[in-house]
Amino acid sequence: MSRLRVDTRRRLGGLEHRADFDLPLAGLTALFGASGAGKSTLVNLIAGLLRPEAGRIAVGDTVFFDAARGIDLPVHRRELGVVFQDARLFPHLSVADNLRFGLQRAGARARAPRVPFDAVVALLGLEALLARRPHTLSGGERQRVAVGRALLAQPRLLMLDEPLASLDAPRKAEVLPYIERLRDEFDLPILYVSHAVDEVLRLASTLVLLERGAVVDAGPLTEVLEHPAAAPLRGGADAGALVYGVVREHDPRYGLSTLACEGFALRVPRVDLPPGARLRLRIPAREVALALSPPNDVSISNRIEGRVEQLLARDDAPHAAHLEVRVRVGPQTVLAAAVTRESAERLALAPGLRCWCLIKSVALHADALVLARGRAARAGLGGD
Amino acid sequence: MFTAVEIEALRLSLQVALVAVAGSLPLAIAVAWLLARHEFFGKTLLDAVVHLPLVLPPVVIGYFLLVLFGTQGPIGGWLHETLGVRLIFTRWGAALAAAVMSFPLVVRAIRLALEAVDRGLESAARTLGASRLDVFFSVTLPLMLPGIVSGGIVAFAAALGDFGATITFVGNVQGETQTLSLAIYSLTQTPDGDAAALRLVLIALALAIGALFASELAARRVRRYIGRA
Repeated sequence: MSRLRVDTRRRLGGLEHRADFDLPLAGLTALFGASGAGKSTLVNLIAGLLRPEAGRIAVGDTVFFDAARGIDLPVHRRELGVVFQDARLFPHLSVADNLRFGLQRAGARARAPRVPFDAVVALLGLEALLARRPHTLSGGERQRVAVGRALLAQPRLLMLDEPLASLDAPRKAEVLPYIERLRDEFDLPILYVSHAVDEVLRLASTLVLLERGAVVDAGPLTEVLEHPAAAPLRGGADAGALVYGVVREHDPRYGLSTLACEGFALRVPRVDLPPGARLRLRIPAREVALALSPPNDVSISNRIEGRVEQLLARDDAPHAAHLEVRVRVGPQTVLAAAVTRESAERLALAPGLRCWCLIKSVALHADALVLARGRAARAGLGGD
Repeated sequence: MFTAVEIEALRLSLQVALVAVAGSLPLAIAVAWLLARHEFFGKTLLDAVVHLPLVLPPVVIGYFLLVLFGTQGPIGGWLHETLGVRLIFTRWGAALAAAVMSFPLVVRAIRLALEAVDRGLESAARTLGASRLDVFFSVTLPLMLPGIVSGGIVAFAAALGDFGATITFVGNVQGETQTLSLAIYSLTQTPDGDAAALRLVLIALALAIGALFASELAARRVRRYIGRA
């Protein structure tokens, strides 16, 4: 799989922007951080609208920038699609001509377009807008046209720089489903800049975390989500773990559902999704207990075997009575358990130790469980 | 309705002004681009030179033109010897004088239009695969069009009315360099020329009002074309 490699330094407005990450180019990668954390700067560096002072940027086999080798590929030859916060449609062109702007300049890639014109128009619901001028469009319509225009340039990577930030809630709700369909229907890697928690949780499979100009962590959403800087994404400082699952069956007798997760099954209060539906759920660390042997005489129905990976004392609460124990239960899955320091010593918890995670089914209440608080949490199994 | 002399002067004026504007537009766009988008050594000097015709007496501009473009001048001499082109006492010379006099007006209008173009649109075009030159012709230039049109029309009106630089540089030759303004001047110097002068003044007035009207109409059309109305 081709990869996005970024290792750059750039001073801008008194802030040193540093990025160093290497991610697979697949699915939707969210760039998350507070306003002013340097998300747009990173997009501009990758697009070539800003030049790093040092470092290297490569997408797949193509080197965009390499300070050491004196490479700086011009913006128009980077074959990217960028959607800006303010749609930036060309006011002197009709919607159709805006859409074709990049397509007409895509050269050989346009002859056998991976993303055909009609498919984009249909996907984004632009049929009725084609003859109109940008100034007659609503904000949501403008963003949809901007997304279509970027898509039609046949990019190898689509970058969306807070495409919904300038929209009010109803317009946001109008555009968001289109971005989901975009992610699912075209096999096109997407870099999605946002400081909106719900958007990131709903759309992303990979996460790049920025803080004060620097990329502090990058990787699969499930892992990066546990970084202290991702606290807003977790809904506060509460630790927890993200788990992907598929609804296997419902048990009407007890009002429970069984989810097939990676290497284990999870019994949870009935989820309102059909069997086969994918979902993503977050298991709070405080709802997970640990045992050193498989307990058979407890009421807890979820017992998941794993190995202790690390013990973390949360930076944000250095004198807290509890530790966060990270237990690997599958190649892609790590659970987090909140354990008192006392218990940790008594059990002699240490990395490598075999243990069982105990999760009370009732603790996994569907509302708290299914991400995006029950709204459309079907997203996000891609890329894993 | 019009006498042959009047038609002659009117046609010549329009010709001279048209050539002046058409000839100076590309250069004006280039100079406006340099002034609006680039920092370079001598930028202030270039800015000052472009604006000289606004602050100097037109006669002085005419004098400079005479020195530079006369058959003995460094540029005029070269033109005369190698291309056989003579500017003084010709309508081409009149067009040059009109162009120089109206140049600052065109540059100002185009520069303002250029500075109003959203650079974000240009960046967007570049990410969509357009080279810098392509961006200029497909995005920047169309968006500058209102400024170019209004600048061009103002310049046309100014070129139409120039007197000092024209008479100093190319004289007052009936049928060759005697534009409307010069013809009016000549008639006022002639005994019993007042009535004829008045007729020309009315023509000039009609022309000026027509130009302003056309300018407004054109600007409105262009704004609608680029979707800003």
